[in-house]
Amino acid sequence: MTTLPAPLSGSEHNYLSRDYHVLSWLLTKDHKRIGILYLVTITAFFLLGGLAATLMRLNLLTPNGWLVEGATYNKLFTMHGVIMVWFFLVPAVPAVIGNFIVPLMIGARDVAFPRLNLLSWYLFTIGGIVALTAMVRGGVDTGWTFYTPYSTGYANTYVFLTATGIMISGFSSILTGLNFIVTIHTMRCPGLTWFRLPLFLWSLYATSIIMVLATPVLAITLALVAAERMLGLGIFDPAAGGDPVLFQHLFWFYSHPAVYIMILPGMGVVSELITCFSRKRVFGYSFIAFSSLAIAFFGFLVWGHHMFVAGESTYIAFAFSLLSYIVAVPSAIKVFNWTATLYKGSISLETPMLYALGFIGLFTMGGLTGLFLAALGMDVHVHDTYFVIAHFHYIMVGGMVMGYMGALHFWWPKMTGRMYPEWWGRFSAFTIFIGFNLTFFPQFILGYLGMPRRYHAYAPEFQTLNVMSTAGASILAVGYFLPLCYLIWSLRYGPLAKANPWNATGLEWQTTSPPPEHNFESIPTVDQEAYAYHLMEVPDAR
Amino acid sequence: MLTAFRLFPETGSTIAKHVDHLFIFLLIVSGAITLLVFVLIMTFALRYRRRRGDKTIPPATRTYTSLELTWTIVTFCLAMVMFAWGAKLYARMFDPPDSAMVVYVVAKQWMWKIQHPEGHREINELHVPVGQPVKLVMSSQDVIHDFFVPAFRIKHDVLPGRYTSLWFTATKPGSYHFFCSQYCGAGHADMVGQVIAMEPSRYEAWLAGTAPEQTPADAGAKLFVKFGCAGCHGVNAPTLAGLYRSQVTLQDGSQVTADERYIRDSILDSTSQVVQGYAPVMPSYRSQVSEVQMMQLLEYIKSLKDPAAEEGRIKKP
Ligand code: HEC
Ligand SMILES: [Cu+2]
Ligand SMILES: [Cu+2]
Repeated sequence: MTTLPAPLSGSEHNYLSRDYHVLSWLLTKDHKRIGILYLVTITAFFLLGGLAATLMRLNLLTPNGWLVEGATYNKLFTMHGVIMVWFFLVPAVPAVIGNFIVPLMIGARDVAFPRLNLLSWYLFTIGGIVALTAMVRGGVDTGWTFYTPYSTGYANTYVFLTATGIMISGFSSILTGLNFIVTIHTMRCPGLTWFRLPLFLWSLYATSIIMVLATPVLAITLALVAAERMLGLGIFDPAAGGDPVLFQHLFWFYSHPAVYIMILPGMGVVSELITCFSRKRVFGYSFIAFSSLAIAFFGFLVWGHHMFVAGESTYIAFAFSLLSYIVAVPSAIKVFNWTATLYKGSISLETPMLYALGFIGLFTMGGLTGLFLAALGMDVHVHDTYFVIAHFHYIMVGGMVMGYMGALHFWWPKMTGRMYPEWWGRFSAFTIFIGFNLTFFPQFILGYLGMPRRYHAYAPEFQTLNVMSTAGASILAVGYFLPLCYLIWSLRYGPLAKANPWNATGLEWQTTSPPPEHNFESIPTVDQEAYAYHLMEVPDAR
Repeated sequence: MLTAFRLFPETGSTIAKHVDHLFIFLLIVSGAITLLVFVLIMTFALRYRRRRGDKTIPPATRTYTSLELTWTIVTFCLAMVMFAWGAKLYARMFDPPDSAMVVYVVAKQWMWKIQHPEGHREINELHVPVGQPVKLVMSSQDVIHDFFVPAFRIKHDVLPGRYTSLWFTATKPGSYHFFCSQYCGAGHADMVGQVIAMEPSRYEAWLAGTAPEQTPADAGAKLFVKFGCAGCHGVNAPTLAGLYRSQVTLQDGSQVTADERYIRDSILDSTSQVVQGYAPVMPSYRSQVSEVQMMQLLEYIKSLKDPAAEEGRIKKP
């Protein structure tokens, strides 16, 4: 946190220059500073999770797994999953971008509960430290899914500590969700009606509802696992009359909606970026807005699609498959509407736009391969293989991380008062796109061939594709490393940012870059719909 | 056969080609949609690219509700076709034919124990005759595992404390990998083996060449006396002859088919499904019968075929 250098922008009194003391950061109630705190924290977690992935990919270069033993490999993929899901993807857009941008976007001075907001960050960080402690002391080897009875009766690793860490950070999700819901309900500036809200807010609103409703179930589930480990309750133990599959129901009842916690905010970002860089109001505003709510609702009804071969009855499987297809429709609607938005636009392909277009392409592929998995007879073959791994990485990395990177570049001038170097931005966006596809596309083929997930060693016929995947991953790693370098570089050397460098419509662009402590000199009023780009001047193509 | 690099897995079972057909259908539909989206994005991004100095403001976006409804309905219908196709295939995958020969699979960290009805035991290998439906009745001694044969396009979790099953008919002689595909601990990646599909004549020869000391049914007969089952069954408890695959009427009037899972549950926890007309006096054998013994008892009960002694039992056709 202290690495941020002194005055960043022409504006004298901004939220950064107000006070440089470390304590002024650690005790801040300013949503913008809290957003930055999250940014620094999750970047550290991203690097750790990425490190685990790097070791895994290196190990998979040879069929017998030359680098690490099975037990170590199992700890690595658990670490990768736990960190990336709970300590990077879940908070990435909501807690970093959302915290920074939501109050600015609705013309408010802060979120509804600033103290709670700071508490969220503390809970998140403490949870993260607890989970990291478990990893440092010896790791966990249950996979991020903690399936029973392995996690309750057989794993000799730090299951309890890790579960505790996740549970603590879960409360941070709940508080953040609660904060956003109340903020969006009560603090919109005059004239900003629900149907004038930028779509980013609709998607974050839907996300917050899921956070508040689903996360408690995760806490209960992990508490049961912990209790069973400590006290031997027998809830999941068949020898004591329990049912190990019950755990899977509870876990996926949270974790399927959590998939949407991880992707909906990215979708919101794309709506912002596509409109700004094609100078068009979004196509089908209300369809996109309501599709977010539809996803949030139906997302709660499909958890059983993770258990088609876990002993579910045939009829239950039918129901979950049907519902999974229904939840696919609103996602498709979004893709079509974004694509249609481009029609007759005035399109400039700056870095954030490249990420947004990348998101649409990769999310489409991720979503469509989800249709394979929802098809019952097909899922039997590809379930728990690399096909699933590829599928959800297309959604989570191809979709969400792309969205997050797009958001970071788009709002970077607002957050720091500096521009990032455009050429480097475009270059690394392409690198990430290419590296990503090289890494994960071969995994679809591997999965259909039958390579199971979570194997540190594999049958020799799978080697060629694994080598390709690892090669792609090294390109991907370069792609992620570059932004880390040039964004930090830009903090000191980047050109000063104007208040509205993109000529974008959102309220956040009507205040200085970086914004003053209380966001606006005077509270703005809104008298038009969102994305009124037909009323805005078109900036120069770069 | 096992090591060649390929892009498409081998097909070794009757169901495999049906899975492949569905896969190809999904591939074509999703390929077409991906292509459409990619081509549209590329075309728009190039065609409407802002030139240097171009300050023209694009026309305002209009709403086309009919277009929105069209793509919503088309997507929905496509999704329903996928659902129906997948569901139909799934129903077939988990409905074994009556002629299926039963093989028991017991999983434990980190090996597969396989037991044929004739008494042959194997570890991490499963010999089967080509052309004969085979039903695997599976259970685990510890954590959850999963039996997965890529060339057959089938898999199912193997659970502790409960039977699950899987069936297939091998179509070509050869050896095919099987994998544990549910994470089960340090040796998860070592829980692999081979299904060896043989011409029926060679399978017979293999059976003959490795004759077991005693069949599971014989061992089960001894256990039936040892555990005291014989003291009640045939005396004041229902006879078990002809029980397997028959319809049983329970106390609450419901009918169930006495498959492996039902018989297993009756032995482990008989009070959960009491037969109509009997008192729930049978003790629970939950902590006494091991997975292997259970399998032997089952084989013994299945071998008791005496329809003459049966009244009121409706045979499955
Ligand atoms: C104390 C007497 C008693 C003993 C000992 C006993 N059973 Fe039973 N068993 C019963 C009675 C009575 C029923 C019918 C009521 C019920 O379903 O619980 C029954 C039901 C069953 C059924 C279901 C039969 C059906 O028609 O659906 C099976 C299978 C069975 N027993 C197997 C066994 C085996 C195997 C053993 C030994 C390991 C055993 N029983 C020991 C009394 C006994
Ligand atoms: Cu899901
Ligand atoms: Cu396993």
